[in-house]
Amino acid sequence: MAPPGPGAANGRITRWIDYRLPFVKVMHHELYEYPTPRNLSYWWNFGSLAGAMLVIMIVTGIFLAMYYTPNADLAFDSVERIMRDVNYGWLLRYIHMNGASMFFIVVYIHIFRGLYYGSYKYPRELLWMLGVVILLLMMATAFMGYVLPWGQMSYWGATVITNLFSAIPGVGHDIVTLLWGGYVVGNPTLNRFFSLHYLLPFVIVAVVGLHLIALHTHGSNNPLGIDHKGPGDTIPFHPYYTVKDSFGLAVFLLIYAVIVFYAPNFLGDPQNYIPANPLQTPPDIVPEWYFLPFYAILRSVPNKLFGVILLFSAIGVLFILPWLDTSPVRSAKFRPVYKKIFWLLVIDVLALGWVGAHPPEGIVVTVGRIATFYYFLHFLVLFPLIGKLERPRPLPLSIGAAVLGGGSVPVAERG
Amino acid sequence: MANEITHGDAGVPRRDFLLLAAGALGAVGVVSTIWPFIDSLEPAADTIAAGAPIDVDLAPVKPGQQITVVWRGRPIFILRRTPDELKELQSPSDTTLLRDPNSEVDQQPEYAQNWHRSINPEFLVVVGICTHLGCIPMFEPRGSALMDASWPGGYFCPCHGSKYDLSARVFAGVPAPYNLPVPPYNFTAKDRITIGENPKGSDWDFSSVEQI
Repeated sequence: MAPPGPGAANGRITRWIDYRLPFVKVMHHELYEYPTPRNLSYWWNFGSLAGAMLVIMIVTGIFLAMYYTPNADLAFDSVERIMRDVNYGWLLRYIHMNGASMFFIVVYIHIFRGLYYGSYKYPRELLWMLGVVILLLMMATAFMGYVLPWGQMSYWGATVITNLFSAIPGVGHDIVTLLWGGYVVGNPTLNRFFSLHYLLPFVIVAVVGLHLIALHTHGSNNPLGIDHKGPGDTIPFHPYYTVKDSFGLAVFLLIYAVIVFYAPNFLGDPQNYIPANPLQTPPDIVPEWYFLPFYAILRSVPNKLFGVILLFSAIGVLFILPWLDTSPVRSAKFRPVYKKIFWLLVIDVLALGWVGAHPPEGIVVTVGRIATFYYFLHFLVLFPLIGKLERPRPLPLSIGAAVLGGGSVPVAERG
Repeated sequence: MANEITHGDAGVPRRDFLLLAAGALGAVGVVSTIWPFIDSLEPAADTIAAGAPIDVDLAPVKPGQQITVVWRGRPIFILRRTPDELKELQSPSDTTLLRDPNSEVDQQPEYAQNWHRSINPEFLVVVGICTHLGCIPMFEPRGSALMDASWPGGYFCPCHGSKYDLSARVFAGVPAPYNLPVPPYNFTAKDRITIGENPKGSDWDFSSVEQI
């Protein structure tokens, strides 16, 4: 029998199990002694928060599905029944509905943290790309979930988004018919969206598993963006980061609860409390807030096919980002130019969000076009260029030296 | 095993042949197994049956009035145009602003490929779904409070601002790429049409339109 690792549980039953399925051993290795950079800031909480959100969404979703009816004639009423008649149905639904928003907030912060600290760079390219896959799956899941209540915005959002695929030359119409299962968005569409909305979260769970395996292969990046080289640079995951993650989770759940209990419809569109009417378009079709920047990019182009291409490219550039960024330095802390430019991208995405929320007239169109242009300029031109032109500041010798101070040569040299 | 070194007629080693044959048969098997799954996503028989032609009585429609009927789950706009409006549709001040004034893109049957985009100039019959992203355009006659003073009358899509004239021809410079499609229809009497059926002698296929 293999000797158990240091500190691993040594009970007879544990040893019996581990010899056959090394569950306790692996958990101990990956969650207990797992060496983690000692300098992780609170920005590193958002990965575990995203994981918590995924669990919350799946659990509330399973319970909602016990009452929801995926039929065009019954769906809206079944959601209202959940709200009014089912015990705590309102709570389950508000947790689930606002959970989508909270999930995206957490994931967007997680992504921007990765952008700031260069977490997508060698050797974490696949880790990053798996993250982008998760983002795409989340978007598909959220979109199809939004269709299920079968309100006006559900119906017309589904119509607008599925019609995007008709822009594909040649096979566009056939793809749209396959999505619809009819001549228009209708009952067959609702049925298949429900099926997929139930399936995709479990696909996300699987990809999150791969994401974690990739993460644990080289460990977390850290605010300094340098590799951890020895025991002086790391601390065990438990108790240090289990505590930090738990504290972050508690604060996060507090904010989440305030929204669920005091402003559950703040982030939603009131139009979606009107049953779907295929013969009347709402005055302004607006997606949920988390899609607004992408929607703005779509609308900024007067050509349909080109608009759709740009929409998908906005995510596509994230896939190739590890190769667009030519800088050998990860963290923006040591990249004086990138550090400033990073905030331009944040402002740009916020501007796109604002554009997406307003009807495309006058100044909105102009801002939308400039912001769309800048988005792609940032990724396709500035990332490669700045990496080449910028002179990074000297990196500390090690995480331990930088954090603990005391004779850290490079920090003193920096002046 | 003497067979091991036997070669096929074309000089292909026996094992390569077996591998290719098994692989090809396997591929056929995989494709024919996947096909039912893909095809099950296509519209079901009852969905198609629900898309049968419909009859519409045009007598109650007054000049300048627009009605909406539903065919195959889609809104069909039927607009009875006044003589003034018909005159305007042919004037250069209107047509020069259009993307496709002569309906060259396949968005209508051949019997509606004309300046009025219809069989009878008085009655316009189009699918009321914006060719941009599928919203429903609103009928805004001349003088509508929503539009500016130069608006000649037509359709306006509230989603992304696409505009069409009274023949449902799209204006240039808006997101929608094509004119609104004309469904197949024919006059069964002087003021009675059947939507979903071509006039005798035409076998135009609605699914051949560029964009619904």
